[in-house]
Amino acid sequence: MSDTHHDAERRRLLKALATTGLLAGLEGLLPAYARAGSGPERHLAGAARVAGGKPRSVTQDFHIRREGIGIAGGYAPSAITVNHSIPGPLLELWEGHEARLRVHNHLLDESTSIHWHGILLPFQMDGVPGVAFPGIAPGDSFEARFPVRQHGTYWYHSHTGFQEQIGQTGPMVIHPAEPDPIKADRDYVVMLNDWTFEDPARVLAQLKKMSGYYNFSKRTMEDLVEDVARSGWAKTLKDREAWGGMRMNPRGIADVTGHTYSYLMNGLHPEANWTALFAPGERIRLRVINGSSMSYFNFRIPGLAMSVVAVDGQAVEPVETDEFQIGVAETYDVIVEPQEDKAYTLMVESMDRSGYARGTLAPRMGMTAAVPELRAQPQRTLVDMGMGRGMMTMGPGKKKGQRLEGDSVALKEAAGPVVAQHGPDHHGAGNATIAKKQRDRLGERGTGLEDVPHRVLTYSQLRNIEPMSDKREPTHTVEVHLTGNMSSYMWSFDGVEYSDSKVIDFPYGERVRLIIVNDTMMEHPIHLHGMFMELENGQGEYLPKKHTISVRSGSRVSLLISAVEPGRWAFHCHFLYHMERGMFRVVRVSNLPGADNA
Amino acid sequence: MLKKSWMTTLLLSAGIGGIAQADSHGKASLESVVPEGPIEPSSGAPRGWRAKPTKDDEIYAFSMIDRLEYGDSDEGQTYLWDAQGWIGNDYNKFWWETEGEGPVGDGAIEASQFEANYAHKIWPYFNLQGGVRYDTNPNPDRGFLMVGLEGLAPYWFVTDMEAYLSEDGDVSASAEFEYNLLLTQRLVLMPRIGIKASAQDEPEYDLGSGITSTEMGLRLRYEIRREFAPYIGVRWNQMYGETKDIAEEMGKSTSTTSFVAGLRVWY
Repeated sequence: MSDTHHDAERRRLLKALATTGLLAGLEGLLPAYARAGSGPERHLAGAARVAGGKPRSVTQDFHIRREGIGIAGGYAPSAITVNHSIPGPLLELWEGHEARLRVHNHLLDESTSIHWHGILLPFQMDGVPGVAFPGIAPGDSFEARFPVRQHGTYWYHSHTGFQEQIGQTGPMVIHPAEPDPIKADRDYVVMLNDWTFEDPARVLAQLKKMSGYYNFSKRTMEDLVEDVARSGWAKTLKDREAWGGMRMNPRGIADVTGHTYSYLMNGLHPEANWTALFAPGERIRLRVINGSSMSYFNFRIPGLAMSVVAVDGQAVEPVETDEFQIGVAETYDVIVEPQEDKAYTLMVESMDRSGYARGTLAPRMGMTAAVPELRAQPQRTLVDMGMGRGMMTMGPGKKKGQRLEGDSVALKEAAGPVVAQHGPDHHGAGNATIAKKQRDRLGERGTGLEDVPHRVLTYSQLRNIEPMSDKREPTHTVEVHLTGNMSSYMWSFDGVEYSDSKVIDFPYGERVRLIIVNDTMMEHPIHLHGMFMELENGQGEYLPKKHTISVRSGSRVSLLISAVEPGRWAFHCHFLYHMERGMFRVVRVSNLPGADNA
Repeated sequence: MLKKSWMTTLLLSAGIGGIAQADSHGKASLESVVPEGPIEPSSGAPRGWRAKPTKDDEIYAFSMIDRLEYGDSDEGQTYLWDAQGWIGNDYNKFWWETEGEGPVGDGAIEASQFEANYAHKIWPYFNLQGGVRYDTNPNPDRGFLMVGLEGLAPYWFVTDMEAYLSEDGDVSASAEFEYNLLLTQRLVLMPRIGIKASAQDEPEYDLGSGITSTEMGLRLRYEIRREFAPYIGVRWNQMYGETKDIAEEMGKSTSTTSFVAGLRVWY
């Protein structure tokens, strides 16, 4: 009997229990902001609303517990909660004031930690066990106390084991010292998570034994027949030859899929329909946070244009768009101005389209709008492989309403220019492919959005509202290659896993250019702790600042960093299972004599 | 309790009384980045810390019964097993394999072999193996040294090639290739071919030199779960050359076609 079947069974049982009121108490475990519109008794007032108020220093306690919780339409007997809630409480801080964040470990026999994602602070408070501090032992507490010197939308999560996957994440909003230039009548947090009822250690073990375990959208005979019918034998065989020769799966979009994941918005699964209220004509700020472990999402609100005003907490010149792809750990702030007295769906597809999170923007509780069907499963291309002039790959798979003709040409034109070639080092047996041709793909739409008939945000559109403060030419360059071997589920930098690695030194005070080349077949969300990375995306002195950069397969990105934050900073892929497999480094900013690894 | 002692250390290392004031910019001091005493090379942190930010050296284990099979042919009914597994890290694994077969009913195992080897990942898709094999059937028992190359060849061919040196000094080899053809996401057609060869006559074991036998199969499995897939199919065993002549002299069948049903399970 399949797990899914078990889950369905369990959900049915729980639904029955819920209707008899036996589970009534469980809903109390949701945070106030996530307790939303599944019934009149759960009044939306304040749900996920950013409260704001008088600027002040904040002391907040975070109680980490293992306990049962009703979630994703089921019941998880041993989730990790923060203050009895998944996700954890909304943390609001004020720039120019102090933060005093106390983490209390109530777990019986597990160490824990909280990393304040994207926050500038003394590295000892950054919350990475084994790097910044020894971790928080069971029964112990830890206090991070620091002056807040930034504002924007961020989040926090455990950096210990798989705790993040089973609940230990939460949103964070920092209010600016100056009056916020981004005006909004209502301000909501939209936190996205991927949830599994499986033990995450088991999820990773399954991937180690059979890397395609969760992929139920591989190409089959049916696709072969369709491709032949559409493109003829010659082209189809050439395509199969190219992928088979590489031993690569063009439908390898996500390692872990909707087969096990439920996708949550503010802790609620799609049927529970998290709802945010608005009055027509108001300006609504949505602070979208991807707090998931393994899932990229496509975010859109059919019928409403969005103005992107900040990315990773950092304000950008507003860009109007209809859809954006959000990598793991990124945050996007958007402004929407619904004029009509009707409901709008917040549609959040997983990038591989094996599932979705969903919520509603409505003038009144209980209103809903149509939920669009999931679109066609995307496919990788030879550009992703770091090869090829054109696109031998077939267009996206079947499914209704998808534009199929002419995509090869469209994709070819959309592919960014080749900016470098790969050197002779293939990074050893732990790495399966290299990006022979490294492209600048910042101007490209995200995977699977190449052909959607509306505007899609690209990295190249992001422009800082302020010119960079450090205009020095970089004096130190570090190049890192993202490497891996999907078939053995190995992930690393430069073919070397963390345990066998040495720290990467950034000389204190210098301007550093960090070049990241993605040799693998999938995008990776690469996060640097402690310092922002200015993405060289062609915006001159107005480069956008990122704490997490999604690096497309077969691409080369260049980032500028002012190494002015002394510390030992984690630098890693934010796919949880990639990090656990060793796609991780420590960047050390110090004045060690001879610290040089250029 | 708050970790006072640790906080104190931090405050001291920051040099001023209070984090917020330690540095007006809320940064750690440069002196605090490189600890005194032994340093862990990957983290730059003190060597004594037990916590690690990743578990990339975790040991995993895998066991699979590739075929647990019942066969029906003109020659009678047969059973067959073919199982393998490993335990280890990304680059170094201990592998085991066993396979065997016999007729259903009268109990005599026709062939059974057990193999244990060390496998090292030499290329992204291949392991080099070295170890021992021991056959308990057909009689008499004998041991082998083995080397092998196991992995995934281009175009998704699951490949296992092995060469053996027996305790009597006989050299032999085997090769197996499989392919998974997805009819749907769960219904998989798997052609399989196994070839055995010997470098010399091995009269005690009824083998002649050259290719001794092949086993071809076509199996259709349904993955109820990834770990649990029943299958049906057909298997064709064929002997060649001198091996075939020997079998004919003994009045044995040299070419057998069986309909098979079985189970593929792994953990």
